Amino acid sequence: MIENWSSLIPLLPEVFLLGMICVILIAGLYIDEKRRGIIHFLAILTLALTAVLTLRHFAVGQRYTALGGMFVRDGVGDILKLFVYLSTAIVFVYAKHWLRANKLFSPEFYVLALFAVLGMCILISGGNLLTIYLGLELMALSSYAMVALNRDSPVAAESAMKYFVLGALASGLLLYGMSILYGLTGSLDITLIAKALESGRQPEVAVAFAVVFVVVGIGFKFGAVPFHMWVPDVYHGAPTAVTLFLASAPKLAAVGMAFRLLAEGLEPMVKDWAQMLGFLAMMSLVVGNLAAIAQTNLKRMLAYSTISHVGFILLGILAGSEQGYAAAMFYAITYALMTTAAFGMIIALSHSGFEAERIEDFKGLNQRQPWLAFLMLLVMASLGGFPPLVGFFSKLYVLQAAINAGWLWLAIVAVVMAVVGAYYYLRVIKVMYFDEPDREHQIQAPGDVRVVLAANGLLQLFLTLFVGSLTALCVAAWQ
Amino acid sequence: MPIETILFFALSTVLVIAAGAVVTLRNPVHAAMCLVLTFFTSSMLWVLLRAEFLAIALVLVYVGAVMVLFLFVVMMLDINTTPLREGFARYLPVGLLIAAIMAAQMIAVLGTQHFGFDRYAAPAAVVEGSNTEALGRLLYTQYVYPFEIAAVILLVAIVAAIALTHRRREGVKTQDPGKQTMVTKAERLRVVKVGSESKEGRGA
Amino acid sequence: MADLLLVLWTLLKILLVTVPIIVTVAFYTLAERKVIGYMQVRRGPMHIGPFGLLQPFADVFKMLFKELMVPANADRTLYVIAPLLSLAPALAAWAVVPFDEGIALSQIDAGLLYLLAMTSLGVYGVILAGWASNSKYAFLGAMRSAAQIVSYEIAMGFALVGVLIAAGTLNLEKIVLAQAGNLGPFEWFWWPLLPLFVIYFISGVAETNRAPFDVAEGESEIVAGFHVEYSGAAFAVFFLAEYANMILISFLAAILFMGGWLSPFQGLIPGFLGEPSPIWLAVKVVFFMFCFLWFRATFPRYRYDQIMRLGWKIFIPITIVWIAVIAVMVVGGVVERGV
Repeated sequence: MIENWSSLIPLLPEVFLLGMICVILIAGLYIDEKRRGIIHFLAILTLALTAVLTLRHFAVGQRYTALGGMFVRDGVGDILKLFVYLSTAIVFVYAKHWLRANKLFSPEFYVLALFAVLGMCILISGGNLLTIYLGLELMALSSYAMVALNRDSPVAAESAMKYFVLGALASGLLLYGMSILYGLTGSLDITLIAKALESGRQPEVAVAFAVVFVVVGIGFKFGAVPFHMWVPDVYHGAPTAVTLFLASAPKLAAVGMAFRLLAEGLEPMVKDWAQMLGFLAMMSLVVGNLAAIAQTNLKRMLAYSTISHVGFILLGILAGSEQGYAAAMFYAITYALMTTAAFGMIIALSHSGFEAERIEDFKGLNQRQPWLAFLMLLVMASLGGFPPLVGFFSKLYVLQAAINAGWLWLAIVAVVMAVVGAYYYLRVIKVMYFDEPDREHQIQAPGDVRVVLAANGLLQLFLTLFVGSLTALCVAAWQ
Repeated sequence: MPIETILFFALSTVLVIAAGAVVTLRNPVHAAMCLVLTFFTSSMLWVLLRAEFLAIALVLVYVGAVMVLFLFVVMMLDINTTPLREGFARYLPVGLLIAAIMAAQMIAVLGTQHFGFDRYAAPAAVVEGSNTEALGRLLYTQYVYPFEIAAVILLVAIVAAIALTHRRREGVKTQDPGKQTMVTKAERLRVVKVGSESKEGRGA
Repeated sequence: MADLLLVLWTLLKILLVTVPIIVTVAFYTLAERKVIGYMQVRRGPMHIGPFGLLQPFADVFKMLFKELMVPANADRTLYVIAPLLSLAPALAAWAVVPFDEGIALSQIDAGLLYLLAMTSLGVYGVILAGWASNSKYAFLGAMRSAAQIVSYEIAMGFALVGVLIAAGTLNLEKIVLAQAGNLGPFEWFWWPLLPLFVIYFISGVAETNRAPFDVAEGESEIVAGFHVEYSGAAFAVFFLAEYANMILISFLAAILFMGGWLSPFQGLIPGFLGEPSPIWLAVKVVFFMFCFLWFRATFPRYRYDQIMRLGWKIFIPITIVWIAVIAVMVVGGVVERGV
C-alpha cells in the first residue's frame, strides 16, 4: 500500500487531468450537438486548472520524486508541461472553428487530445523506463486515433495507417533498446541506470547497441531524418486541426523524453549518443530545408520545416551541456508557439469546403487582409530566424551551445541551411505581399480565433523583450 | 531424464515447428491455428517454470480472446495471399543474406559473452505459494503507477476504437426493447366500434 | 521410475474423473428427452430397456457405427481436428474442479483463472468446424456462436471477479470453504452476489449455446449451425463436449455461488444432514442441470441482436457495478472475506 498519501501531491496535476478527461468523456455522451461548446470550454478550463496545479508546486530548482522514483518532477519537466498546456489550449481555440466547419466537432477530439497531453506529462515526468515507455504509448495511441478522426477521408486513413505502423515499429525498437539496457544494468530506474553505467562495468559495445535503439526511438518521435518519412504524410493527411496539435505539443514531449533518456539515464554515454544525434541533426537540417523548397502545399512545407527545426533542437541536446539542454528547451518552446501560429493562419483562412493549404491560396493576402498578412509575416520571419524576432534568438542560443561544445562544423552546416531555409519562408511573404490576389479571401474565423491568433503572432515580436527572462528560466531549470 | 526435461524438449519442439509453420503455411487459417498452438505451447513452458499465472493469462488473453477475433477476421475476409508472396523467390537470396548479416552482428554484440548466464546472478528462489498473489501484490504496490497508466492506455484504445468505427446511421429500423416492454395498452390497442349489421348487407 | 509411476497415477486419476463425466453425459441426454417429454405431456423414449433407460447406449452405438462423412472441398485436417478441439478443453477444465474437501485432480492456486482460460478455448472447435465444413449454414452458425461466446465470456469473467473479491482467493476449494458458516445458505455467495450469480448462470447457458441462446444451431433458420455437416462419431464428440460443458457450468455454479459441498443446514441440524458432504454438491449440481433442460423446454429462442444487446448492454454494466459494490461490501465488512 501507499504508506503516505502526501507523497502523491506532486502527482496532483496528472491525477486532476485524468479525472477531468473522464468527466469530459462522459459529459460528451450526454451533451447534444448544439451545445458542444461546453466541451470546448471544459477542455480549456481543464488545461488552465492543471497549469494552476502545476504552478502551485512549481519545481524549478527542486526535484520531487514519487512512487519509488517512477514519477519525477523537476524544473525542466514543469516548464515543458506548462508550455504543453499552453500550446494545447491555443490549439483548442483554433481547432474549434475548423472542426465546426468540417463537421468533425466531436467530444472525441478533445478527449483524445487531452489523453495525449496526459501521456506527454507522464513521459516528461517519467523517472523509469516503464513509465517513459507507457507515457509515450499513451501519447502515440491518442495521436494515431486523432489522425484518423476524419474517417471519411481516404488520405487521413492512409496517413494514420502509416503513422501507426511506423510508430509501432519505432516503439518496438525503443523497447528493445530499453530491454538491453535493463539486461545490462539490472534496473529500470533512470538514475540507477546512470549510476550503473557510470561504473563502466558493462561491455561497451553492448551499451552502444542499446543506445542506438534508444536514439532511433527518440529520433522517430522527433521526426528526425532518416526517421522522418511519416512527418510530411501525416501533416498533410491529418485534419488540419490535428496537424496543428501534432506539430506543437508532442515536440515538447519529445524534448522531455530525450532529456530523461539521454541527459539523465545515458549521461555517461554522452560521447556515443552525441555523435548519433550529430548525424541526425545534420541530415535533418539538410533534408528538411532542401525538401521544403520544393513544396507547394503549405502543410507539407511546414512539415519539412519542422524536420529542419528538429535538427536545431537536436543540435542543442547533443551539446551535452546544461547550456545546450537549456537552449534546446528554449528552442522547442518557441518553436511550438511559432508553429501553432502558422497552422492557426491556415485555419483562419479556411472555411467550410475550402482549405487554405496551398501556398498560392495566400496570394495577395496583404491587399485584402493586411492585418492577417502582417501576422503571417511575423510568423514566417520568426520561423526563418530573422532578427529581432524570437526565432532568431532561439537559433542563436542553440548555435552558441553547439560551438561551445566543439561542434563547430555542425554549427556551420546549420547556419548555411538556415539561410537556404529562409528562401521558402520568404516565398510565402512574397506571395502575400507582391502577388495579385486571384480569389476572394473570405474570413469566417470567429472573434476568439482572431484574438488568439493576433496574440500568438505578436508573441514572436514581444517574446524578444522577454528572451532574457525565459532563457534564464530554462537555464535555472537545468541547475 | 527427469520428466520436466522431457516435457521441455517435447513442448519446445512443437513450439518451434508451429512458429515456423505460422510464417510458411499458405492458408491463413492454418497459419492462425499454428499461432494458437505456438501460444499454447509457450504457456506450457511457463507452467514448467512455475509461472502459472502468466501461463494462464497468456492462454486466456491471447488464445481465448485475441486469436479468436483474429481467426474471425481471417475467415470472414478470405484473404488471398498469393500477391503477398509474389517475388518471394526473387528476393529470397537478398533477404537471407541480410538476415544472416544481422544474425551475425547480433551474436557478436549480444552473444553469451555479454549476456551469458555467468554474468548474472541466479534469480531469487521461486515465490513460495501462489505466484498469482505475489504478482498481484507487486502490481498494486510497487508498480501501481505503470499499471494505472496501462489502464488509461486501454481506455484510450476503447475511445479510439469507438470514435473510429461507431456510426449513427440514419433511417435504420431498430427496436428499443426498453420501449417495447414499457408499452401500454393505449398505444397499441384501438377499440373500434363496428356497427352490428350494416344496411348494405355486407355483415355476416 | 518414480516419474513413470507419477504419470500412471495421474492418468488413473484423470480416468476416474472423465469416465463418470462421460457416463453422466449419456444419461443426461436421456434425462433431457424425458424431462422435456413430460413437460410436453409425452413420455420420451420408452422402448430400449425399462423406461427407456438403455436408450443412451443405443444412441452411442448408432453414432459410432455410422459413417464419418467429409464434405467435398472441406478442409480435411481442420474438419477432423475441430470436434477434438471442442472436447479437449471441455474435459481439461475438470482438472481443477473439487468434489469434496481435498478431492480434486489438481489444486492449483489460480484455479478460477484456469477455468476461465479453458472455457474460452471451447470456441475454437465451433469456429473451425463451421469454417472447415465449407458450408454456408455451418459458417453462419460458427460466426454467430463465436461472437456470442466471446461476448458472454466477458460478463462471465466479471461475475467470477466478484466471486474472487468475496472469497479472496482463486483456489476453488478455498472458495467453497470461504462460504462456510452457521447461517447455512445465507453464508453462500449467491446472496451477496445475487446479480452476479444470475448473470453467471445465464451467461453459462449462453456460453454452451443452449436454448434460449441456441441461435448458433437454430434448427429453423440455419438447419443445425456449425455441426450441420458432421455425422457419426465426430458429431457425437460435439455432443459430448456440449453436455460436458453444461455439467461443468452446473458444477461451477454450485461451487462458486451455492457453497459446493457445504450443507444448507449447517449449524441448524446436528448430524449427517448438517455436515458438508459430496451429496450436497450432487444435489445442487443436479438442480442446475435440470435448469438447463427446464429453460430449453420453456423459453422461446432469443433473436440474435437481442442476445448481443443483453450481453453487452445489460450484463456487462451490471457486473461492473456489482464488482464495485461487492468491493465496498468487503472493505466495509458487510461480507466477511473468506479464508
